[in-house]
Amino acid sequence: MSTLEIRDLHVTVDTEQGTKEILRGVTLTINSGETHAIMGPNGSGKSTLAYSIAGHPKYTITSGTVTLDGEDVLEMSVDERARAGLFLAMQYPVEVPGVTVSNFLRTAKTAIDGEAPKLRTWVKDLKQSMADLKMDPAVSDRGVNEGFSGGEKKRHEILQMELLKPKIAILDETDSGLDVDALRIVSEGVNRAKEATGSGVLLITHYTRILRYIKPDFVHVFVDGRIAEQGGPELADRLEAEGYDRFQAAPAAATDEAATPANA
Amino acid sequence: MSLLANKPQSAEQPGHTDSAAAFVPDQSRAERKTSYAVADFPLPSGREEEWRFTPVDRLQALFADTAGTALRRDESLPQGVTVSTVSHEDWQGSGAPKPADRAAVVATAQAESVLVIDVPAEAELTEPVRLTLTGEGALSHGHTLVRVGNFAKATIVLRHEGDAQYSELLSVVVGDGADVTLVSVQEWDDTALHLGQHDVVVGRDAKVRHIAVTLGGGIVRLNTNASYAGPGGSFEGLGVYFADAGQHQEHRLFVDHEAPHCHSNVEYKGALQGETAHTVWVGDVLIRAAAEGTDTYELNRNLILTDGARADSVPNLEIETGEIAGAGHASATGRFDDQQLFYLQARGIDEDTARRLVVRGFFASIVGRIGVPEVEERLMEAIDRELEGVA
Repeated sequence: MSTLEIRDLHVTVDTEQGTKEILRGVTLTINSGETHAIMGPNGSGKSTLAYSIAGHPKYTITSGTVTLDGEDVLEMSVDERARAGLFLAMQYPVEVPGVTVSNFLRTAKTAIDGEAPKLRTWVKDLKQSMADLKMDPAVSDRGVNEGFSGGEKKRHEILQMELLKPKIAILDETDSGLDVDALRIVSEGVNRAKEATGSGVLLITHYTRILRYIKPDFVHVFVDGRIAEQGGPELADRLEAEGYDRFQAAPAAATDEAATPANA
Repeated sequence: MSLLANKPQSAEQPGHTDSAAAFVPDQSRAERKTSYAVADFPLPSGREEEWRFTPVDRLQALFADTAGTALRRDESLPQGVTVSTVSHEDWQGSGAPKPADRAAVVATAQAESVLVIDVPAEAELTEPVRLTLTGEGALSHGHTLVRVGNFAKATIVLRHEGDAQYSELLSVVVGDGADVTLVSVQEWDDTALHLGQHDVVVGRDAKVRHIAVTLGGGIVRLNTNASYAGPGGSFEGLGVYFADAGQHQEHRLFVDHEAPHCHSNVEYKGALQGETAHTVWVGDVLIRAAAEGTDTYELNRNLILTDGARADSVPNLEIETGEIAGAGHASATGRFDDQQLFYLQARGIDEDTARRLVVRGFFASIVGRIGVPEVEERLMEAIDRELEGVA
């Protein structure tokens, strides 16, 4: 049983126009086995939350705390956070040319577990997970995300979630850019990984579509850097019917640009 | 056949007039002087096109027409391969191109004799020819001829170690249909100076790969020139270099397409770290009017790991005929990508390991193609060692 606890988190980012506050006091608790959906309009700070928890250097935490089972996450380096059991499936996975997927996955698995995986079971697990995600086995000899299609990148992210077995997984717009078939395959992968390891999942999405495949226990509506409303799955249904309009009386201060570090 | 015939304006060649005219740029890469006579090459001042990136003030000893001592030579020769010496005159008749700069012409004038490595026709070597040259801190000149007979298949690994002020001319004359890989590894001490001219003459339908691996040395400058003795030849020039603080590594390539239906591909990748680390890559390709059906590509990539390093990259393409299969080049110099580091670290991989993965990955596309396992392994180990020096 693990708990990720985010308390009154304030985050700024430096832009050409000066320092901007993107998160304005986020409080959220995620336990093992729970699925939390964070929904919100573009620029509301959803991705900033994901990257701040993962430790991206672009974001500055000005106040608040993030703890995993009582340990101060904000004190940890990016790799220490991952080894502590946090995982971020990125919206825009980065290409690392020349580093093969198989080498990358084995290196990551060794780092997370603190020892090299047993070769026979590792090869078997890798093959099985790739087959489940309908990935071409030849992908393992290609460079990480090098020349991958959008769908391949997202499957590769979920493959990592399955293999690395995090305590808490943050999925940042994993559904974006996926067609219906790919969305179903990726969602099934998330559900399998969650079932196998009991991970807590923080699912960040703009659309309700993915929630047909991954059932949330809690839904949080994110507007202007904080949680504007929360509830159960029924809140997602309401959002699908009504959209975000009723939350957007005032224009959002945050921008798209600030929310996606991969484009920086 | 000659470009000069088509270009009357190029009659005013440098070298034949007063010194001011020496700064008139060549109209074509083909006009660059070559000669057997030391007197035909004035001392470089650093203002010449071919010396403008090079710290010539530190190289005066290598430009002086004075004798030095030979490097120590250790060799391992597969069966059938012989080493001998020939006279300067015999070398001139071997089909090897002439010296093309001051350091190379001094090397041929001052080397005691011309060392010849012969791979007989139709020999199929299963082991590389290994030649290790070790400097002991002195001025040295090298003049080497590698002759590979028709339809032979050979790999030659030339390794440079120790400390020296070394200038050399290496001619690789490859027979028809032969398949040759020559690897030149520069693992000098950081005080060494090395100016080299490597000429590769590709026989009809032959396939030649020249691979430069430069890791050590204070100044290393290699001029690799490829030409074709007949149609259907293929030249591949691969290079990997890693420059640290205070090192100057310069690789210049000139592929001269005069025969039709030949192929060339040049690919060099370098990493730089530390103040004043400097690399230069110049890739010249000339497709002459007769070289119809030519297919050529050249690429240079540089990865700058720390502030204060400088990479110069200059691709040049001259095309005298429209009847070609393809011609292109690409060059890119970039900083280490922090997003890649973040991605790997977000998967639990510590920063040092992540950095090593990224740099190894950067070089992987070339290292994996060297095809000589002993060179590939040593190179990857050397790259890891270089990276341990990064803060």
